[in-house]
Amino acid sequence: MKLALTTRQRQRMLSAFAIVAMFVIWELICVAFNISGLVLPRPSAVFAVLFEKMPLLWPHAVQTLYTTVTGFALGVLAGILIGLVIGSSRFAYDVAYPLLVGFSSIPKVAVVPIFVVWFGAGTVPAVLTSMVICMFPVVVNVATGLAHTEPELQDVLKVLGARKLDVLWNVGLPRALPYLFASLKIAITLAFVGTVLSETVAANKGIGNVMMIASGNFDVPLVFAGLFILAAMGVALYVVSSMIEQRVTGWATRGNEVVIT
Amino acid sequence: MNESFIDLADVTVRFGGADNPQATLALDRTNLRIAQGDFVALVGPSGCGKSTILKLVGGLLSPSSGGVIVNSREVGGPARPRIGLAFQNPTMLPWLTIRDNIMMPLKIVEPFRQHYRAKKKGEYAARADALLAQVGLSGLGDKRPWQLSGGMLQRASLCRALIHEPQLLLLDEPFGALDQFTREELWAILQTLWLEQKPTVLLVTHDLREAAYLANRICVMSARPGRILEERHVDFARPRSIELSYAPECAELVQALRMRIAEARSDMASGAVPTLPVKPVPSIDIVKEAA
Repeated sequence: MKLALTTRQRQRMLSAFAIVAMFVIWELICVAFNISGLVLPRPSAVFAVLFEKMPLLWPHAVQTLYTTVTGFALGVLAGILIGLVIGSSRFAYDVAYPLLVGFSSIPKVAVVPIFVVWFGAGTVPAVLTSMVICMFPVVVNVATGLAHTEPELQDVLKVLGARKLDVLWNVGLPRALPYLFASLKIAITLAFVGTVLSETVAANKGIGNVMMIASGNFDVPLVFAGLFILAAMGVALYVVSSMIEQRVTGWATRGNEVVIT
Repeated sequence: MNESFIDLADVTVRFGGADNPQATLALDRTNLRIAQGDFVALVGPSGCGKSTILKLVGGLLSPSSGGVIVNSREVGGPARPRIGLAFQNPTMLPWLTIRDNIMMPLKIVEPFRQHYRAKKKGEYAARADALLAQVGLSGLGDKRPWQLSGGMLQRASLCRALIHEPQLLLLDEPFGALDQFTREELWAILQTLWLEQKPTVLLVTHDLREAAYLANRICVMSARPGRILEERHVDFARPRSIELSYAPECAELVQALRMRIAEARSDMASGAVPTLPVKPVPSIDIVKEAA
């Protein structure tokens, strides 16, 4: 156990080291090849801008975070509901699957203008875009998880006179949870893509909008500062969802448990 | 024997549609009656429809023709008898403790269902622990399924099949995947539990010694399409000891059964079967044979 902890600590330290190393190498390359700040700003310059303009950037970051989380929540909710319906009935699965594949293969960039036409520029199309973009992985995973319930287990419950809802609640849902969380981690990053996409096209607030304006002004360090903020928020939300995953579905990743015989 | 608890009358099961010439006839006008509290073993060649009978009785499958009556009611109706079911695969839910797994039937079957919330920590848990102790798993109720060995899980699976005191216990090769010693130990445990609770038991097995040791009556089935060729009453006194299953009188019975099944198999090989077995999709038999 003690050994496992130290390997884990070493892993963490190496990860942190890798991040720092990336910035250092980036900085060195910029200095060594004398790269113009207009092409690739040095990370130190980006951090400087980040600190300097933080009061200005902060409301935009909050806006983007708010939009993403709202879109993510709506998308996950819709995804779970649709996934439940599709996954618990073979008939619904067969009927709806081609439709879903069709919808999910539409490039989501193409959807933004439609949302803008319907709801005007601003927060609503951004929320909807991130909802739509992060819904499909959830639908597919929840449906797959439900479909993977062992037939023998279903027989054991059916013989007891279990109703469809009993089977769903006691077996289907817990079985689908690891699949759901696997999809949440994908969905949260996709939700950011959706938000920023929509903000760059049609918004007057949000990091996407800031980056758009900054690149128009050739303020490349500011563009990179926006990127950093997005990356930081993405990582933070990813960590949150994987922490929840650990708590809820620890049984599925039992890994190093000691086996008692 | 006049009041039969299970009554299969001229039951035919066809997989793959009524008009399909490729359809497999799994059971052909099978008749089987089992009295309340009896212990019946079904033996026969692979794929002969043993598991199909089990599923019919459990209401997991409806017959293409004929009637299946359990507890004087047509199977599949709203008032179903209390049934316990155990397969070769223990199918424990990995996110629940062993105790919670075992209590699953109480969560679903009336009248336990309505008291489940109130009693799951007290009376029901005590009941699960008592059963666990009986199968030799005392103190392991809080473990998770992946922490136990295959034999232990199978014991737990037996507990789950019995916790709601079923009127009918359906066992589909429950000891098939276990080693000899564990298997014999579980035979003895099953016998004890049966003598205590006296459910009607229908046991599907490939192990003839298992059938001879456990059952009151052994039904030998023909190759597909299945029919019951012969019934044997086993009147060894209860409780039976494991040594009995090695005694000459038991060996004689096993030998006789073996001969009968060998005959049934050679009938199949010589082409007495009308259609070649086509994979019946929902059958568990197929999965097992492939394994």
